[in-house]
Amino acid sequence: MQMPTPDAGILARKAEIVAALQAALPAGAVISEEAQTRAYECDALTAYRCPPLAVVLPASTEEVAAALKVCHRMGVPVVPRGSGTSLAGGALPTGDCVILGVARLNDVLETDYENRFIRVQSGRTNLSVTGAVEENGFFYAPDPSSQLACAIAGNIAMNSGGAHCLKYGVTTNNLMGVTMVMMDGTVTEIGGAHLDAGGLDLLGVICGSEGQLGVVTEATLRILAKPEGARPVLIGYDSNEVAGACVSDIIKAGVLPVAIEFMDRPCIRATEAFAHAGYPDCEALLIVEVEGSPAEIDEQLAIILEIAERHNPVELRQSTSAEESAKIWLGRKSAFGAMGQIADYMCLDGTIPVSQLPLVLRRIGEMSDKFGLKVGNVFHAGDGNMHPLILYDANKPGDLELCEEFGAEILKLCVEVGGCLTGEHGVGIEKRDLMDYQYAPGDLDIQMAVKDVFDPEWLLNPAKVFPLGRSEARRIAAE
Amino acid sequence: MTPDTEAALAEMITAATASLRICGGGTRPIGAPALRAALSTSALSGIELYEPGAMTLVVRAGTPVAEVDAALAEEGQRLAFEPMDHRVLLGTSGTPTIGGVVASNASGPRRIQTGACRDHCLGVRFVDGQGRVLKNGGRVMKNVTGYDLVKLMAGSYGTLGVLTEVSLKVLPIARSTGTLIANGLDDARAVKALSAALGTPYDVTGAAHVAGGRTMVRLEGFEASVKYRGAQMVEVLAPFGAFKLDLDAAAFWEDIRDVRALAGESGDVWRLSVKPSDAPGLVATLPGAEAVYDWGGGLVWLRVPSGMDLRASLGDFKGHATLMRAAPETKARLGAFHPQPAPLAVIEAGLRARFDPKGLFNPGLMAPAAEEAVI
Repeated sequence: MQMPTPDAGILARKAEIVAALQAALPAGAVISEEAQTRAYECDALTAYRCPPLAVVLPASTEEVAAALKVCHRMGVPVVPRGSGTSLAGGALPTGDCVILGVARLNDVLETDYENRFIRVQSGRTNLSVTGAVEENGFFYAPDPSSQLACAIAGNIAMNSGGAHCLKYGVTTNNLMGVTMVMMDGTVTEIGGAHLDAGGLDLLGVICGSEGQLGVVTEATLRILAKPEGARPVLIGYDSNEVAGACVSDIIKAGVLPVAIEFMDRPCIRATEAFAHAGYPDCEALLIVEVEGSPAEIDEQLAIILEIAERHNPVELRQSTSAEESAKIWLGRKSAFGAMGQIADYMCLDGTIPVSQLPLVLRRIGEMSDKFGLKVGNVFHAGDGNMHPLILYDANKPGDLELCEEFGAEILKLCVEVGGCLTGEHGVGIEKRDLMDYQYAPGDLDIQMAVKDVFDPEWLLNPAKVFPLGRSEARRIAAE
Repeated sequence: MTPDTEAALAEMITAATASLRICGGGTRPIGAPALRAALSTSALSGIELYEPGAMTLVVRAGTPVAEVDAALAEEGQRLAFEPMDHRVLLGTSGTPTIGGVVASNASGPRRIQTGACRDHCLGVRFVDGQGRVLKNGGRVMKNVTGYDLVKLMAGSYGTLGVLTEVSLKVLPIARSTGTLIANGLDDARAVKALSAALGTPYDVTGAAHVAGGRTMVRLEGFEASVKYRGAQMVEVLAPFGAFKLDLDAAAFWEDIRDVRALAGESGDVWRLSVKPSDAPGLVATLPGAEAVYDWGGGLVWLRVPSGMDLRASLGDFKGHATLMRAAPETKARLGAFHPQPAPLAVIEAGLRARFDPKGLFNPGLMAPAAEEAVI
């Protein structure tokens, strides 16, 4: 994975830039010693590392504006960072950049149950947003796996999803407003406690823009009343095709589960060895969860079970208690950890039309043989968002490159069958150079034109999302 | 002009030397009036792909909404965001198209639960002001590949590009609908009741109040479940009024969706988007206004005396007000869309300049045109 060569001119001015940032921010908000900046050298895509020029940790919108003004005036690239849990390298620094971390922006500013929203500073973690309202019976719906650690700022940048978005949608569907600082330090407010901001849907384009358009410092988020209860059912099949048909039939029957999760045999075996959840040794396993009162759950599950039976399952397990529900989810929730016990792994995130599931799983199996690398599939079947986990050995020379090549082939296949490169993790650097498979040059040009408007100097997270060759002219022209 | 292929449309735009009025079926003449040549997508019609098991539909922009509804109904599905038919309120005729729905982000009562039209848009194809055929998004439900221009195009009223195809998420039609109804609640009490209903776990899919008339809360799903939640809801709403569950009132929601209570007669119609609890107080400052509250009070439709500057009357409030129906003179004087704060107006003007560098598409409709007749 290539990154642009750091600008020698900026590197030479490090002392001057750090001094200007220190003058603009309170003591302790600027980090420039290499021993300390190293803590920010990577995010959760740990295969790539590079310490930044400096790190700033502002504690207010005004301080974010002050820091950005300095960087704007001095022509220094800025990489915004939430909690650094990106699997796509969204917060990977370059040697000539300033990392702007929002970790100190973690207050709850307003909770309003009557109007069902919460306003928080963007460095607050996803789970602690729910934590702030659950005593009153509310929750914040998007639930990425990293929700204990990941920040709302990063959720907005990547438009994060989660296991329950089949019913509740992803971040963009639950975001009502933001306070955002533009690269030149201008503070803007978009949307708020009312639905659907006026004018063009700028909120819609900011959400998922990977920190390239502005730095979000505050967010107004929709909160929902917690459902009365939820219950999963576990269904095992001896063929991926049949499992796929079952998912399709459940959806067609008019039941809308909150989650439909899918695991294939390699993944089932790995998690069984690791977590002992008591999963059957079968080709494909589904976990379907529905919500409501006990009677409503029974009614929905009756329909789902009838459909599942029609497809001759090898296993059909209904939960009758909270303990049994937890056990059904245990394997799924420990899938990544289990795979990590076996080897290093790369987690992909392509999305496919649900109808293409059997074909894609078969082709991934063939590729696995070709590359000689094992792969396990665990994914959100209701919405077609796949997470193939490719196992490799980071200490074996060439294995990472082989793994990346394999991953790229899987993602190209996702596009080929009508899907996309990334469903919820974002492009970052990981999928950046594959964007040409998804989009024609004009399609990328119009996206880059949006960045031209928000950040004419291309200083915000400039080496991400777009293939370096496509963004090069703009990045150079802006220098 | 009514091109019947995307390529023909792109050629027309490449060759255009004067600004155009971009439309679908022409049933939603929202925005500043324009006496320009019309370019309609109504001949770009037909369903490209429909996969009920994946809940996805790909459809050409000019396809009549009725045709989409019928195809979905055959599989027991629907456009869950319940797009409004503007014809009754605006006194227009013609055939509403799916492209018009997306271009105006038309979203009905169910918006509070399932999201707006923009939340159901998975992908778009459009022609930009340089005549380039472009795409964004796709046909899968989760997609964060690059910037989300799908949302930007939804609700851009044909000012950024001409939509040629949209991909939509569709949802199952609920087996039954129950409506809790009470009469005679004043606006403030009604909005409090709607807030209480929306604060329950009972999955409310509609929360509306017609000033001086009914207050309604909708529940949808399997019949036993609707009855169960309906009974719970009667209890929750008891402090606000004597609500009764009606299992045969689905048609009332079409009246709310299309704002039939304010159709006809004279007077201007405004659409106000605010924090729900602010709504009754704001409406109370407008003597003689007739109001329909939807979205739990967050969306207020108002009929006020012709020519009134509603934004000036309301003063500084959080939210936005759109002038939906008025004489051309009033629309020109007040502007149909709420003026944006300066930094956002600059961004919007910048986006229009890049998507439509020749200023061809509905110039001046959403915001004052940078300069007329740039060509």
